[in-house]
Amino acid sequence: MLRLLGCRLVQMLVTLTLLSAVIWLLIGLMPGDPAELAIAADPRLGPEDAARLRALHGLDKPLSERYLAWAAAVLHGQFGYSRLFAQPVAALLWPALGSSLVLLGLALGLSAGIGIALGVLAAARPRWAPAVETLAVLAQSTPSFWLGMLFIILFAVTLGWLPAGGAEEWSALVLPVATLVVVNLAAYARHAASAMAGVLALPYITTARAKGLAEATVLWRHAFPNAALPLLTVAALDAGSLVSGALVTETIFARPGMGKLIYDAVMGNDYNLALLALLLAAAVTMLATLAADLAQRWLDPRVAP
Amino acid sequence: MKLRLGLGLLGAMALAALLAPALAGLLGHDPDLPDLFNRFAPPSASHPLGTDDLGRDMLLRLLFGARVSLAVGLAVALAATGLGVVLGLLAAWRGGWVDALLMRLADGLLALPALPLLVVLAAVDPGKLGLPRGAVGTDILRIVVILTLFGWVGVARLARAAALGELALDYVAAARVSGASEARVMWRHVLPNISGPILVAAALAVAGAILAESTLSFLGLGIAPPAPSWGNMLSNAQELVFSAPLGAVWPGLAILLTVAGCSLLADGLRRR
Repeated sequence: MLRLLGCRLVQMLVTLTLLSAVIWLLIGLMPGDPAELAIAADPRLGPEDAARLRALHGLDKPLSERYLAWAAAVLHGQFGYSRLFAQPVAALLWPALGSSLVLLGLALGLSAGIGIALGVLAAARPRWAPAVETLAVLAQSTPSFWLGMLFIILFAVTLGWLPAGGAEEWSALVLPVATLVVVNLAAYARHAASAMAGVLALPYITTARAKGLAEATVLWRHAFPNAALPLLTVAALDAGSLVSGALVTETIFARPGMGKLIYDAVMGNDYNLALLALLLAAAVTMLATLAADLAQRWLDPRVAP
Repeated sequence: MKLRLGLGLLGAMALAALLAPALAGLLGHDPDLPDLFNRFAPPSASHPLGTDDLGRDMLLRLLFGARVSLAVGLAVALAATGLGVVLGLLAAWRGGWVDALLMRLADGLLALPALPLLVVLAAVDPGKLGLPRGAVGTDILRIVVILTLFGWVGVARLARAAALGELALDYVAAARVSGASEARVMWRHVLPNISGPILVAAALAVAGAILAESTLSFLGLGIAPPAPSWGNMLSNAQELVFSAPLGAVWPGLAILLTVAGCSLLADGLRRR
């Protein structure tokens, strides 16, 4: 277990290092240039001022040299400043991460809970299976940004029940969470249905029923714990798509969070913020995947290390 | 049943996309040409779904958008399946460090949040790579390339797992003993036998590509207006949520039906 943990952490560090270098390169290929943007607001400044600014900030140096200088600063804990928000990057990242974790935690818990309930229903009451399956196909085919828009049109514009965006009140969480839950529950429903159907066909379930146990006890105490293990794999694979979903929902519902921060930073050519926010999002995603993997191994020693 | 439903949905969508120019001729509108005297027209005989904020026919934009979305979906599926099959077979056949390297790369890509990275990739300026800016062709090519970069992973893992199973079977040994070259063993013997799971993965790749393209276009990083795509139509509709909420319904429904068609097709193929 400890060996596995060490192995995976090293793998994570390698991935993050490679990712930072690749993104650095890509950012060099994005339109616009920070010095040009900085002088754009003042008509009295010309190309020679841009050149001076570039030399002052080291932007005239080659990409590789700038990357090494940036990496050295980050490793010393200096995250630098965001050009777009005129604030230290660290002051932007942590509140955004907190806001996203609240959104994603709620969405993960509810989509897993509702999805698993639907899947168990489909397995235990075959009459319901076609309905659950249809729902799952529709839910996983729905573009999240469209669903979010429909929710805004229906609940915020037409009915006026809930705010269309923002993060001031708790009610502002309802629509983004609902959007993410619908889009993510299909995977849980389908895997829970097939895992439960597999377990319910095993002889020990027949034994439990023959003992005269209540059907609910058989279902939840005997069958479900064994069927739940593969669902942890779904949860592990889901971490990345949840973070992707956060980018869409936070942008649509104007919620300050990691997804919106990354999108705004990329669109606003704020490369330092974009890079650090992306690396943080990637690190959190990989840690979540690792946690799900470890939980699975801990709960089911049969899974080979 | 599922197979037929999926094929039916996709066939109807493809037919509608193919007939778009004919319908444009019949109705006598240009999908990209603004008609400012006819903004937000309600549905009528000459505008079956009404017009948008610039007076352009919604139905025609929807159908021309279908051409873009389906073309991107198919191109990504072809490229990602091709790349995935080659890399998956290579990993299964060579084993050792090639296998380890490719699979760690696949694991790494799977563990990362895709959309934020796609946003970064899509924001790259094609002008700095020497491609013409702003042309629809460049947009499509750019989207296909970046979606392929992420799309090959699923196919490669499936192809590798299936090929490993086949390589252990006796007929492969028999083919080798009878003097078939390694390339012939892989392409003529192993590949046809793993085509089932690969087709399923390809159908799912189309679904994923259409969703990803529409998301990127919605975020303003995919197909740029005035060329219509379902994603940028929805992005336009989002600004008009208060004045023309119905405009948001049709493009999303088109995406939903197309993606559902691909998933049903994949499910149907898997069960056969």
